[in-house]
Amino acid sequence: MITAIIVAAIVLVAVLAALGVVARRRRASRSIAPAPPRAAMPDVLVTEVAERPVLVDETPVLTQRLGSSRGVFDRVRSISSVGVLSAEQLEVVEEVLLRSDVGVATTNLILDDLRTNGAPDGVATAVRTDLLDSLGLERSVTTTAAPGRVPVWLFVGVNGVGKTTTIGKLAQRHVDEGRSVVLAAGDTFRAAAADQLEEWARRTGADIVRAAEGADPGSVVHDALGRAAARGADIVLADTAGRRANSTNLLDELAKVRRVADREPGQVVETFMVLDATTGQNALSQAREFLAAADVTGIVLTKLDGTARGGIVVAIERELDIPVKFVGVGEGVADLIVFDPEAFVDSLLDA
Amino acid sequence: MFDALSERFERLGASLRSKGRLSDADLEVALAEVRAALLEADVELGVVRAFLDAVRERLSGEALSQSLSPGQQVIKAVHEQLIEVLGGAPLKVTYAPRPPTVVLLAGLQGAGKTTAAAKLAAWFKQQGRQPYLVAADLQRPAAVEQLRVLGAQVGVDVFSESSSPVEVARHGLAEAVRLGRDVVIVDTAGRLSIDEALMAEVRAISDVTSPHYTFLVIDAVTGQDAVFTARAFHETLELSGIIVTKLDYDARGGAVLSTRGVVGRPIVFASTGEKMGDFDLFHPDRMASRILGMGDVLSLIEQAERTMDSDVVAASADRMMSGTFTLDDFLAQLNQVRKMGSLGGIMKLMPGVTKEMRNAANNVDEGELNKVEAIIRSMTPKERANPTIIDGSRRTRIARGSGTTVAGVNQLMKQFGEMRKMMRQMGSGASPTLPGGMGRMAGLAARASAQRGDLPAGFEALGAGMSAGAPVRSGGGSKNKKKKGGRVTPPKQR
Repeated sequence: MITAIIVAAIVLVAVLAALGVVARRRRASRSIAPAPPRAAMPDVLVTEVAERPVLVDETPVLTQRLGSSRGVFDRVRSISSVGVLSAEQLEVVEEVLLRSDVGVATTNLILDDLRTNGAPDGVATAVRTDLLDSLGLERSVTTTAAPGRVPVWLFVGVNGVGKTTTIGKLAQRHVDEGRSVVLAAGDTFRAAAADQLEEWARRTGADIVRAAEGADPGSVVHDALGRAAARGADIVLADTAGRRANSTNLLDELAKVRRVADREPGQVVETFMVLDATTGQNALSQAREFLAAADVTGIVLTKLDGTARGGIVVAIERELDIPVKFVGVGEGVADLIVFDPEAFVDSLLDA
Repeated sequence: MFDALSERFERLGASLRSKGRLSDADLEVALAEVRAALLEADVELGVVRAFLDAVRERLSGEALSQSLSPGQQVIKAVHEQLIEVLGGAPLKVTYAPRPPTVVLLAGLQGAGKTTAAAKLAAWFKQQGRQPYLVAADLQRPAAVEQLRVLGAQVGVDVFSESSSPVEVARHGLAEAVRLGRDVVIVDTAGRLSIDEALMAEVRAISDVTSPHYTFLVIDAVTGQDAVFTARAFHETLELSGIIVTKLDYDARGGAVLSTRGVVGRPIVFASTGEKMGDFDLFHPDRMASRILGMGDVLSLIEQAERTMDSDVVAASADRMMSGTFTLDDFLAQLNQVRKMGSLGGIMKLMPGVTKEMRNAANNVDEGELNKVEAIIRSMTPKERANPTIIDGSRRTRIARGSGTTVAGVNQLMKQFGEMRKMMRQMGSGASPTLPGGMGRMAGLAARASAQRGDLPAGFEALGAGMSAGAPVRSGGGSKNKKKKGGRVTPPKQR
C-alpha cells in the first residue's frame, strides 16, 4: 500500500515542481509599469447622467418585458392530447428546454416523463406542470431580525451579474415600504464600486457606509451595522465584491464577511446570490459554492429583460433547493419584481 | 459536473472499445455522448448540430486507425474539429498607417467591458504602443470613475466628459490625435441586443469613430443566449472579433465556441483573472481541450495555483532539481498536494495515468498519508536533512515515535532514496526511468503552461519554459519541441 502512496506522491511532486517554477517565472514576467502621477492625466470632469429615474406606476409584467419569442414551441403547443409523443414532438420540447438553459439533466427528466406518461392534457400543459413542479419552493423574504438586532441582507455572486444595481433597486423598494436603509459598500475590490453604490444611495435616499478601496470588506460591514444600530435603521443591505466561485480563498473571505454581518448587533436574515439570466450551466456550480460558503437563502435573477431565459434556475431549485425570490427586468429602479413561477415558466415556453 | 469525454466513453463500456472498428451504430452512440458533453458546456444547440455533422463527416471519410481505439478516434476527430472551429484564421492585430488605431468595445451589461478595456490598454502598452482610453459608458453609475482608476493602474490616460456617449467618443478620438496617441480604446455602456435605442447609439459611436477593430466582449459563463447576442451585435456593428472574459471561472466556455461558430469571427483575446496582466491572445487549442474536458492538466494547474503556496513549492522544486531534496521538502510538497483534495481526485485530472495507478490512488486512504507524515515528523531535523544517518536504532525510535513499524520506516526510506535518485537524474538532464505515464504527464503539464501564454510570449518563452520545467524535458518534452515552437508563436509573427 505504502508503495502506491509513494508512487502517487512522486508523480504529484514532479508535476507540482514544474508548476512551481512556471508560477515563479510568471510572477516575474508580470510586473506592470507603475502608474504615472495623477497629474499626467487630462483634467477631466466626471459627472454621470444621474437624474433620479422616473418611477413607473405599473409593475412590469415578466411576460411583457421579455424579449422576442421565436415560436418554436408553437409547433407542439397546439397538440392537445396525446398518449405517445412522436420523436419529432419530443425533439421540439427538448429544443425549447435546452435553448432556455434548463440543462441536459432537467430536460431529460421532463422528456422521460413525457415518454412514460404522455400528455393527456396537451403538451404545453404537461411541460408547464413539470417545470412548475421543480419550482415549488417557499419564496417569502424576511425583513425582520430578533429583537435588538439589525436585519442584514447580504448579496453575493460572481463578477458582473448586477449585485450593486440589485441593491440599489431593493433599497428603493425598502424605502418605498417605509424602512430606513443603510447600504454597506462591501465591494472594496472593484474600482469605483463604492462610488456606484453611493450614487444609488443618493438616488434612493438611503444611508451608506463606505471605506477606501482595498479596505477589509468585513470592517465595512461592521461599521455599517454600528451606524444602523446607532441610528435605529430598519435594514442593512451589504454589497460584496464579485468573485469567481471556484476559488477557496475568495469563498473563505466571503464566509468571513457573512460571519461579521451575523454578529451582534447584526443578523443576516437573507443572503441573496445574484445571478445573471444569460448564465449557462456554470450557474449550478456557482450556486453550489456560494451555498456552501455563505448559506444562500435566495436568488435574484437579473437581466431577464434581454433575450436570455434564465432556465438554469429550474435546475438550481430542483437540485439545491434555493428559491428565486426576485427578478430584474430592466435598468429602471422599479424594474425589480417578485418572482412569479407561472409567469417565468410561460416566458420559458414562449421561446 | 462535466466528466471528461474520455470517461464518458469509458462508461459506454466494452461495446465501443472491444470492437476493432467503429460501426454506424457505435458512432451514433458516441456522438450522443459528444452532444451531451457539448450541451453541458453551454455550446448552443444549433452549433452543436452543425458540429456533430462535421465530426460525422470527418470520421466517415477517415480510414480507421490501427493505433487508436474507436473511442479515441472519435475524441481525436472531435478535438480536431473543435480546434478548426475555434481557431480558423486568427485575427492579426495591425496598426493603422495613419494613427490612431481605434478599437471599439461593446457587449451586454456585466460582460466585463470596462475591465477588458483597461487590460487591452495594458496589452497595447506592452507592445510598445501609446494607448488612450475613452470612457463612453455614461449609463452605469461610476463606470467612468472605474475606468479612470483602472487606467491609472496600468498607466494609461483616460478621456471623459459629461456630454453624450457619441460626443465623448468623438472628442476622445480628437484628443487622442492631438496628444499623438497611436491606439484609442473606446469603452461603451452595456446594452441588450434588443434595445433598439441603445443599439442605434452604439452604431452612432461606431460611425463617428470608424473603428479599425470592433470587439464584442462576452462572458465565458454565458449560456445558450450567447449566439443571439453575438449575432445582433454583429449585424449592428460588424464585429472584427471577440474578447472572452472570466475564463478563470470553471465554466467550460461553450459560449466561446457558439459565438465563433455563428458570427464567423475569431476570438482574439481572453481575460483570465482579476489582475490587469491576466489578459492575452486567445489559444484555440487550449479552449478545445477545455470544452472537451480533456485539458484537465490545465484544471490541475489551476487547482494547484488556487490552493498551493507557490513559494513553498518553488523553493523545494529548486532543491529537487539540484538533488538536495530533503524529507522536509517532501513533507511540504505532500501537504501542498493534500490541500488540493483527495489523491484519487487529483489523479483523475492527469492524463496518461494508468487505471491501475488511478485505482491505487483512489484506495489510498488519508490514514496512510498520515502515517507517512507521522514517520517523517518523528525524525530529528538532522535526520530529515540527511536521511543516510538513520541507522537501526534511529529506525526503531522513529517507528516507536510514529506508532508504525520498522518495516514501514524502511519502506519509506527506500522509496525516498529512489525518488531522490530520479530527481537528480532529471536535474542533470539525463533520461531517467520514470514510473508509468509520468514523463508524458509532465510534458503535458509543461506544454499546457506554455499554451496558456502565461510565459513571456515567443521563443524566449519556449526556452524559459523548457529550462524552467527541467523535470519536464526528460519526458515527452524534447520530442515535441518543434510542435511546441509552433504553438507559442509570438503575437508579432501571427
